[in-house]
Order: sequence, then C-alpha cells, then structure tokens
Amino acid sequence: MSIFLSKDSRVVVQGMTGAEGGRHTARMVTAGTNVVAGVTPGKGGQVHQGIPVFSSVAEAMDSTGADVSVVFVPPRFTKGAVLEAVDAGIGLCVVITEGVPVHDSLEFLTLARQSRTRIIGPNCPGLISPGASNAGIIPADITAPGRIGLVSKSGTLTYQLMYELRDIGFSTAVGIGGDPVIGTTHIDCLQAFQDDPDTDAIVMIGEIGGDAEERAAAYIEQHVTKPVVAYVAGFTAPEGKTMGHAGAIISGSAGTAQAKKEALEKVGVSVGRTPSETARLMRALLEAA
Amino acid sequence: MDLFEHQAKELFARYGVPVPEGAVAATPEEARAIAAELAGPVVVKAQVKTGGRGKAGGIKPAPGPAAAEDAARAILGMDIKGHLTRRVLVEVANVPAEEYYAAFLVDRAAGSFLAMCSASGGMEIEELAATDPGALVKVPIDPLRGVDHETATFIVTEAGLPADVAGEAAEILVGLWKVMAGEDAVLVEVNPLARTADGRVLALDGKVTLDENADYRHNRPADDTEGGDDLESRAKAKGLNYVKLDGSVGVIGNGAGLVMSTLDVVAQAGAKPANFLDIGGGASAQVMADGLGVILSDPDVKSVLVNVFGGITACDAVADGIVAALATLGEQGATHPIVVRLDGNNAEAGRRILDQAAHPAVRQVPTMDGAAEEAARLANAAA
Repeated sequence: MSIFLSKDSRVVVQGMTGAEGGRHTARMVTAGTNVVAGVTPGKGGQVHQGIPVFSSVAEAMDSTGADVSVVFVPPRFTKGAVLEAVDAGIGLCVVITEGVPVHDSLEFLTLARQSRTRIIGPNCPGLISPGASNAGIIPADITAPGRIGLVSKSGTLTYQLMYELRDIGFSTAVGIGGDPVIGTTHIDCLQAFQDDPDTDAIVMIGEIGGDAEERAAAYIEQHVTKPVVAYVAGFTAPEGKTMGHAGAIISGSAGTAQAKKEALEKVGVSVGRTPSETARLMRALLEAA
Repeated sequence: MDLFEHQAKELFARYGVPVPEGAVAATPEEARAIAAELAGPVVVKAQVKTGGRGKAGGIKPAPGPAAAEDAARAILGMDIKGHLTRRVLVEVANVPAEEYYAAFLVDRAAGSFLAMCSASGGMEIEELAATDPGALVKVPIDPLRGVDHETATFIVTEAGLPADVAGEAAEILVGLWKVMAGEDAVLVEVNPLARTADGRVLALDGKVTLDENADYRHNRPADDTEGGDDLESRAKAKGLNYVKLDGSVGVIGNGAGLVMSTLDVVAQAGAKPANFLDIGGGASAQVMADGLGVILSDPDVKSVLVNVFGGITACDAVADGIVAALATLGEQGATHPIVVRLDGNNAEAGRRILDQAAHPAVRQVPTMDGAAEEAARLANAAA
C-alpha cells in the first residue's frame, strides 16, 4: 500500500497539451501511472500522446473515472484550474505550478477545505508511490517500492534522500511544496504514514521559515509511534533573506533551523546534520527494529 | 517585495486610509522645499527597508524648512543596519495622543489571513507580543469573505480601542484590507496607528510587503535594492536566484532545498559559504556560465562547489554546461578550484564528460559530504 496515491489511482493531467504537461505526462506513463485523461479548455475531443483530452475536469471524471488530477497550467490560470477540479469533486489535486499568487492559493485552499478534495502543493514536485503510480515530476527511477515514507518541502532534497536509501525503498514520497501556504502539510503526511500498514518508518525533511516543523514535532509526540528521522536545511541562512522558496525565510527569531531541530529532538526524533547522516540514522533505526 | 514607507503611504492614501501630508526628497534642498510648502513643524524620516530607524537617528523632527534641510543632510547617506539611506520622507509632524497597532498578514499555519490589532501600539510588535500578549488581538480572516465594516468593528472592539475612535479605526481597517486584497500584499502593517491631540486617527507609519508572484497583474514600482550588494544586482539582472553570504566557498546547486543543505554541509566542513545560488531545473550552459561568472567575480571566493542531484535535470547536460561555461569564462574560469559533485540522472555520463574535458580548475568528488569537505579545505588553504 501507500498513501494518497496507489496503482488504482486514475490520473487526469490539467494542462497536458502544454509543453511541460506533455513532457511530464509521458514520464508519468513510463513510470506506470494510469493516466486516463488530459484537460485543456477548448481542446475536448482531441487525443494527445494517445490519451483522450477533455474540455473540463468534470467531463474527464465522468468519462474516465479519474480521481486524481495533476495541475501543470501556468500561474495565472492555476486558480481557475484548481477550482474546477474542486468543483468537480476530485479526491486529490496535485498542483505542480510554481509562482502562484498567495491570494489565489488561499482562495482555492479555503474552498478545497470545505470540499472533499485534498490539495498537494502548490509549487511542489508531487508524490510518488514507487512501482505503483507517480503524480508529478519526481523521477521514478531513483528507487523501488519499499517501506519508508517520506515527506518534504523540497524536490531535490527528496531525490537525494530517496537516492541514499534506494536499496530499502519507499512506500510513498510526498513533496508538499515550498510555498508559505500549502494544501497538505507535514502533519497530514505523518498521520497518513502512521495509519499506512505498509509504511514502517518515516523520513521528514524540513527547511527554515514558518513553524511547520515545530507543529509536526508536537504532533509526532502525541500521535506517531513509528520511527521518524528528520533533516532540516538552512542552518547557515541569514535572517531576512529568502532562500529560493518563497516560504524559506527567517524573520526575527522565528523559523530558524536550530529551533526546528531542537523541537524535533525534544520529542525523540533523530535529526541528521546532513542528508547522508540522516540516511545513516534511518538505516540504524531499521536495523535495530 | 517590501515597500518603502512612502510607497506604502501612497498606497494607503489611494485606498482612503488617512496619512500625514508629505513628500519624498533625495537631497537636503528638496527636503527644505517640501517643508516650506507644508508650513509648520515637520518630521524627516529615513526611507530604508528595516526597523529601528528611530534608534539609529534616522527620524528627526524639524520646526521649519532650515531645520528640515539640516535633518535631511544628517540622515541622507546614513547606514542603518546595512541599508544605505538614499531618500527621506518629509511630512507634517503629528503628535500622537494615543498609539495603536493594526496589521493584516498571511497565517501560514492556519492557511488563512490574520488580522492583528492592539490598543498599545508604538513599540516593536514582537516586543508587545512578548511583554503583554493579551494586548494583541488576533482574528482569522476568511479569504473568501475578507474584511467588511462589521468584521473591522469586531477587531477594533476586541483590541480595546476607545469607543470614540472605533468607528474611524474600523474604516481604516477596511481600507487597509482593500490594500491587502487589491494590491496582492502579504503584509500590511500600521504601527503606530495614531490618534492625534485634535482627535483624528491616521497611519503615522506603514509597512507593506507585496507578493512578487502577482507582479504580472499589477503595475508596480521596480524593486529598489537600496544600493544592495553589486553581485546580487548583477545576479538578479541575469535572472539568477542568488543571495550573497559572507564566506569563501562559492556554492552552486539545483533546487532551493539542496542548495540550503549544501551551505550547511560546507559550514560543517569548517568553511563558510560565500553565497546561495540555485540554478533550478534547467541548468543550461548559459545559466551555469552566468552563475560561475558571478561567483568567480566575488573577491571573497576562494573555491567553488557545484553540487547537483540530477532529477529531471540530466547530469551530462550539467557537465556540458560546466565545460561550456568554463570555455566562455576563459582565464577567469581558471582562477579558483572548482569541486564538482554529480549524482542522479545520467551521473556517470556527466562525470565522464568532465574527466575528458580535464579542465585544470575542475576536480570531481563523488559524494556531497566529500565534495563539501574538499571545497572547504581548498578555501581554507587559500585564505
């Protein structure tokens, strides 16, 4: 098993006829994802890369039973695309697009919370359940299925950790995104991994900015019995400078890597100083179990 | 993007939020002319994007035009926490009888907007939150409903603003929310929101942060970096995601998280990183050349670390980029050792390309930790 995404997931790609959408759809299909439809307004009835295109998410869901959408549309159209997927009642909507205005994100995230749709992202690499399905842009050939769950704000750090632990393998790796407001949090993923019978241990990757890691630590203390190792990036980041991700900024004493590390260690989570050390900690935990 | 106080106040005025009458000056003579026009006591305020201006001497009262000119002469050129003062705001002096606080911001944890308001303004809000948390009221704002007069009245009443200013203050909050929503701001803060001796309520200071992701739908002033680091300006002009730091190991990587992590690993290896540079997914030869060019022209840099994990990016393309970049840079590319670590997608092909190119400055190390140690060692040896 896995979380949020399985071999039974039926994926619709919003923006599939665009360059990025098309390229990544092909990669998803190669990875074994069951991509059943594409959506581009006005292009309904066409077939693109062998996949039927619909003009709306609702039509795609009606015709193909799609239950996961992956959004590749440009930032200025993202709000409309996500709201369409939410209105159609899709179960999971993965928003890859980077650069979505935060007022737009807050609008669709608020509406999604009042609906049955889970949003992952925006500005995220998506999620992969290796060997089963891949919704987004995480490379599928880094690692095979296994029993580690991974949740991370960052794409390339996710890849690095998956690579370091590739011989053990992953149930699901979720890139939740680097924006200040996102649909699925560390805590949502921790909860799902805790409940997933096929996940034995969890890697959590955080970075400077906000207090998501501190809140995750409080959640772990109360609710997570599976072993968790963590890594936090940004110890050397200065105050007040954005480090690439819009959300990665230290303001005053809030959001420092040190504070996050301490909060996690206080509840018994092993925190690696480097990605490699984090992988070693995970190995040690699994061998001891 | 943070706005200067005078830009924030221009926005406030546009949305009907009362602000003191005034104008911005770049020279002492301009400050004098503005003061003469305003007639009466003025205050001259350094326009820098940082707090603590008052303590640093960047805010001076002036009874008339001559004093305003002197004040501006003292303040212009002043360095306030690393920010060069290039302009001053000259405005009518308003003596506050009472000071309040009002702000709208993005609440990351709640995935919503948040209003903050207090009857005790004036001091730094972090200080207020620490010393008297009960005095700061926080009210979640539904992104779908925004702030109408009823919500605004609730906020100022909860915050304990005096009843006789509540109506006026609520109107101001509605106006500030219109700034937030209408301008795609992520922070709108007024501290202090003041009641003057003659009973008016107005924004004596203003801080606004705009969401750059929404630049496309607004007509905005160019980001003024206040004469910021030249390397940062150069990098920005080339579209690079670069932040200058104060160490000696230049760092290039792909993906914000991996680059942040690389900086940390360099620090653990006993050296300080000279910069953050994320070349993103594409990592073309041009981006690599631009990035290396900026880093190698940083006089503090003693060695360079290129750390790439090929996800979508193929390492052979990155290696081609490095080779092409070094060819473009010529002699400049040979001035410092460049340690390269390639892993992931097509890593072996990438390593082979670098081996075959055999550039004298380039050396490869297979792991991230090992590469950071090597770059740190080289930087420290050259120091």
